[in-house]
Parts: sequence; C-alpha cells; structure tokens
Amino acid sequence: MTMQFNTETFRDDYSFRNSDWAIRRFPFPFHEDSYMYSVNMEQHRGGPEGSVYEKRFDVDEHYVSEMHDRALVLAEDPLRCQSLPHMTLAGWDLLELIMVSKSEDYPDLFELHRDGNQWRWINKPLGIDDTFTFLDETTLPYGPMEYITRQTQGDFAVLDQREENLWMDAGMVTTQADWSLDFDIGMNFFEWHAPVPRAHEMGIFKRALKFLLNVQQGSPARRLNWTMTVNPRLDTSPENYHKWGVEKTTLTPENIGAKQHLRVELQTFFRLPRSNALVFPIRCYLIAFQDIVTVPKWGRRLHRVVRDLPEDLADYKGFIANRPLMLDYLSQYDDGLPTSPGVWPDLETEPPLQK
Amino acid sequence: MSAAPQKAKAGGGTIDVVVRAIVPLNDLVTRFEFERPDGAPFPPFSPGAHTIVEMNDDGRPRKNPYSLMSDPSDTSHYAISVRRDDEGRGGSRFLHTAVSVGDRLSVSYPVNLFPLDLRARKHVFLAGGIGITPFLSMIAQLERQGGRWELHYACRSESLASYADDLTGRHANKVHVYYSDRKEALPLEDLLDGQPLGTHVYVCGPKGMIDWVKTTAADHGWPGDAVHAEEFLAPQPGDPFDVHLARSGIDVHVEPHESLLEAIERAGVDAPFLCRGGACGQCETDVIEADGELIHADHWLEDDQKASGKKIMPCVSRFAGKKLVLDR
Ligand code: HEM
Ligand code: FES
Repeated sequence: MTMQFNTETFRDDYSFRNSDWAIRRFPFPFHEDSYMYSVNMEQHRGGPEGSVYEKRFDVDEHYVSEMHDRALVLAEDPLRCQSLPHMTLAGWDLLELIMVSKSEDYPDLFELHRDGNQWRWINKPLGIDDTFTFLDETTLPYGPMEYITRQTQGDFAVLDQREENLWMDAGMVTTQADWSLDFDIGMNFFEWHAPVPRAHEMGIFKRALKFLLNVQQGSPARRLNWTMTVNPRLDTSPENYHKWGVEKTTLTPENIGAKQHLRVELQTFFRLPRSNALVFPIRCYLIAFQDIVTVPKWGRRLHRVVRDLPEDLADYKGFIANRPLMLDYLSQYDDGLPTSPGVWPDLETEPPLQK
Repeated sequence: MSAAPQKAKAGGGTIDVVVRAIVPLNDLVTRFEFERPDGAPFPPFSPGAHTIVEMNDDGRPRKNPYSLMSDPSDTSHYAISVRRDDEGRGGSRFLHTAVSVGDRLSVSYPVNLFPLDLRARKHVFLAGGIGITPFLSMIAQLERQGGRWELHYACRSESLASYADDLTGRHANKVHVYYSDRKEALPLEDLLDGQPLGTHVYVCGPKGMIDWVKTTAADHGWPGDAVHAEEFLAPQPGDPFDVHLARSGIDVHVEPHESLLEAIERAGVDAPFLCRGGACGQCETDVIEADGELIHADHWLEDDQKASGKKIMPCVSRFAGKKLVLDR
C-alpha cells in the first residue's frame, strides 16, 4: 500500500491534522475574491492528477480514522443511517458503483472479484475480506447502502426520482454541516432546501433541480459548497449541537489559527442504473486557518471573501459572531495584492506575502 | 467554481455496439440485438429506459430513441424492437433495410423517463401496439423481485401483436390481449376500479390512448402521481424552413425529413439533448425572433410558454414562416 493513513480523532482531543500533501490538494472553493450562491455544477470526469477531483471517490490519508468516527456516531445514534423500503435496489446500485470505482481507481487498496452474482470484496485499509451474493441482503452484515458507506468517506443522500422531483428516501449522514437526515427523510428537493437564504428567490433551486433530474448514467456531475467549523469535528449535527455549539465561543486571537477550520464539501451526483435513483455523495474536507494561509493566494482571498460575505449568508453558515475575530486573524495575511483567477494554489507564480 | 473545467459533450456518453441478431417479429416490427465489440458487459439499466441509436443514413446523421426491452439483469446484450414507419422520416426504415448482422453502430447510455415507481404495491401496465416494449423489461424485473403486476395489451390484429404469444405463454394469468380487428376493447373503467390501494398504472402507446387513460383515471379518482405515461414522439416530417443560429452565427436549412435538432447538429453545432422525443426538456432553446408560426410538438413546454413564442424544443418542433432566429 502506497498511502499512509493517519491515526487521528475528530472529537475530544481533536488530533486531526493535514499533511503538506493534503494541504496542497485541499479543494479551495473560491475561484475569485468574492462569493455568492450560483448554479455551480460541472461534469465529474476526472481532474488534475493528485487533485481531489481525479477519482470518482477520493480516498485520502484520513480514510481509516473517518470510518472509525462514523462507526462511533452510528453506535450512539442508528438513525443517522436510514433507507425506506423501496430504496434497497438503489442501495445495491450504490454498492456496485463504489466497489467498481474504488477497485479500478485504487487497485492497490481495494479489490473486487465477480463471478456472476458471487462477489468478493477486499478492503485492505480496513482489513475487510467478504464474499456475498449481489442483490441478496441476507449475505451482508448490513443493508447494501449501510455496508458500503461504512467504508466510504463522506455522507450519502440517496434520492428517489418521481413526479419531476427528488425525494430524500435514504442516506448515511454523519459528517454533515448542521442538518439532519432523520428530519429530512422523505422530503423533496424544495422542502429540504427550505432553510437556505436567497437561493430560492434567485431561482437557483429550480434550475439546479432541472439539471439533477437530467443527470445521466455515465455522466456524473459535481459542485462545491463550504462553511466554517470550530475544531475539526466531522459530526456537526443538530442532534449533537449541545456538544459543538458551545465550542464556537472558545475562539481567541491566540488559538484561532489552529481551531478555526474551513469546511468544504465536494458534492457529486451519479445516476444509479438499476433503480434510476440519484446518489449525492457529500465529501467533507477540513483545513485549519493556519494551514490555509501557508498558501499566499488562499490567505489573501479567504480574507476578502469572509470580509465581504453578506450578513444573511454568514448568519446561515453560523459564523457571524466570530467574523470580527476571523478578520483580525486573516487580515494579517492579506497584503492587498491582486490574486490569480481560479482555485489552484499557484505557489510558483503568486508572490509571497509582502508584509 | 470550475475546478477543472471540461466541456461536456451534448447528450452524454455513447457505447459502441455490434448488431448480433436481427429478428423479424411480423410485417412491421423487428427486434435488433446488440453486443459490445469486445464482448464486455453493458452498463445495467432500469426498466423503462431508452437508448438513442446513432445511424449514418446515407450521409445524414440520425439519432432515434428506442425503449430497451431486454432483461435489465442480463448485461450481455441490449435489445430494441423497431416498428417500421414508412411515412415517417428515416431511422426506423434505415434500421429495417440497411442494417445487417455484424454492422457497427453506437448507442447512448440508457436514459429513463418512464421508470417504475418502486413504492407501488402493484403495477398495472397498459400497452398500445409498439408501446409494449418498455413493459417487457419491467416485467422481467418484477418477475425476479416477486413484484405484483398485470398487463393489458391492445393490438390491431393477432398477426401484428408483437410478443403477445410469448407473454401469454409465460404469464397466462397476468396478461390480457385485446384485438381491435375482433372488436375487443380494453375494459379500462373496470380495471381501474378493481385495483387495490397503492396500485400504479403505466401507459405507453399512441397519444389518443394516453389521453384516454389519463382522463379516465382522473375521473375515477386516481391521484395523478399514480398514473405514468410515455409517448414517444418521433419527430414528424414537415415543410422545409430556414433558421438563423445567432450565437453560432450561421444559417441552417431544415429539410422535410429531418428535425430542427438534426439540422443544427448537421451544421456542426453541439446542441444539448437527452430524449429526442419532446419529453426531457434538455433541448429547450430561446427564440430570439419568429416571423411566422412555431409548430410545437413537445410535452415539455407549458401551454403559456408555447403561446409566448419565446421557447422551442428543436428535437420535435418545427417552424413555418419567413424568419426564425434562435439563441444557439
Ligand atoms: C440532490 C442533491 C442535493 C441534496 C441532497 C442537498 C441537500 C442539502 C441540504 C440538506 C442542505 C442544508 C439545508 C439546511 O440548512 O437544513 C443544503 C444546502 C444548500 N444546497 Fe443543497 N442539496 C442538493 C443539491 C444542491 C444543488 C445541485 C445545489 C445547487 C446550487 C444546492 C445548493 C445548496 C445551497 C446553496 C445550500 C446552502 C449551503 C450553505 O450556504 O452552506 N444543493 N443542501
Ligand atoms: S431532447 Fe428531450 S425534449 Fe428535446
């Protein structure tokens, strides 16, 4: 195995760290010095080598620890994983999609051997070697969706498509930015998006839904979303707000660089072939402010975006109270120089900090 | 955001296939079976899906949608059944007359605009003529899953009833066939009334049949979301016309036997599409100027949108008049 997996936590002592490699490949979400909601979808057909966009399901140094954290969440709260009865076939679709993709994209980590419906799945990082019958639930320790998403980073919403709408009828949700599967289960696209400010009025959701209804087999799509989290906690759920909400008040000028994290979601969309459902993997990447500012372009830009973000968005994203503290910290890394367009770090071409 | 911008090809991915068998079923309908040149399995699909077959008809590119009728669990091949349409434009005639076993074609990834509602307790299928094809794959899947279903199949005559013998032979109690040359009528009202709660109805056939089923079901108190319909609108031939594509800066002449979308593609402009049957909305195009009449033939635009004259679905709709300018 070529990849080294960290041993780290996303709770209690928060030992989560990004290596230099993980910092350089971080999916920085701002392609310009300001941010507003938009219909920002594009094809998900690979990306630059080594980037998080390259593979269908990115596996990185946090894999093993993230799966451990998911198991802890599920042990406390089994309702984080739900699948309405008509979604089982979609669960098998998802299992097949992930097993085929990972075994093709990371042959040194994952193997899939298929003989008709007799399948053998080897997951080396997690030490799993299981043989089962495809489409026969009794041969797996969990339902197919739960089985495979306990082994795959990121949350998963599995949407049934009917009546010109998408319905959140199944999912595995343990690394979410303050929303609840148990609350949203059975809702449609407009219902679960109801709390989002502005985007409805801007017509964004109508156009986004139209796009999603037409996502075709073999042509997956992706977009980025972002928010802020104090401490590298994956499980920022409404269910556990009492645990992490208070941590927002612990920021000080001394600890903000280490504690305050930018939280980016790489969201992808795949049509599932047998069920015609749509799967929406939401992969969460965390990075500490002190790591972002090691890339001069990102430091300059993040300051400008946070400074100019409209109040209602900063409020919805939950950092309006800490914004002054963030700006004090980030302004140290903004010398006013222009930034190059696009999301890439551009370390060779962008000037170092001039102060 | 555009992390790694790529231009998506309109219509999505395609799969190269070889014709492995051509099976005439009767005077009008022929089955075509495809396999992949390297023998690899096809992507699985959901019953009710269609594929778009790309053909080169005497230098004229054709792309026609056909329901996949093979068993979705059998990924060794795809099969379609094609009704010859002598009046219509090429495509179906081309497949019937110019394609032989061993020929290479390319087909799109499956697209499903007519899926099963997997919450249904029971599925009632209503087929008219060649509208039988999507139900063949639905039946194969439900048989394997142990789902409840029944089929009511209206045909012109016994000699034109594709797959009727096969279906009645295998599922005598679930399949009911009605021949109009024997004055047999599909007893729609009775069978709508006798269904258990949680039943869904699916209809595929000519427009008249679909309208009849929808209205009757509504009259009998069926919720709209329990009634599913698919009508394949083969683009109808019409009078030729000219169009100016403003964004591309070119003029295109649309021939009687090609669609506006085909003419746009022939001119080298990559225009979006999915179903090519007026149902998916993907090809929706803004009309900048129209001195004449837009001939709408799609299921996508709302009546007020059609009346506004500001939108057109070039996969099926046409134009008659002096000048048409599109934002494409
Ligand atoms: C079917 C796939 C999708 C699912 C399951 C999904 C789910 C969600 C959920 C659960 C939330 C949180 C709402 C809350 O506060 O409770 C959210 C927020 C949001 N969604 Fe989606 N979404 C999907 C697709 C999209 C797409 C395609 C767009 C495109 C524009 C979009 C735009 C947004 C925006 C702008 C927010 C607010 C995020 C923020 O400011 O942090 N969503 N989504
Ligand atoms: S391509 Fe589907 S409506 Fe025109």
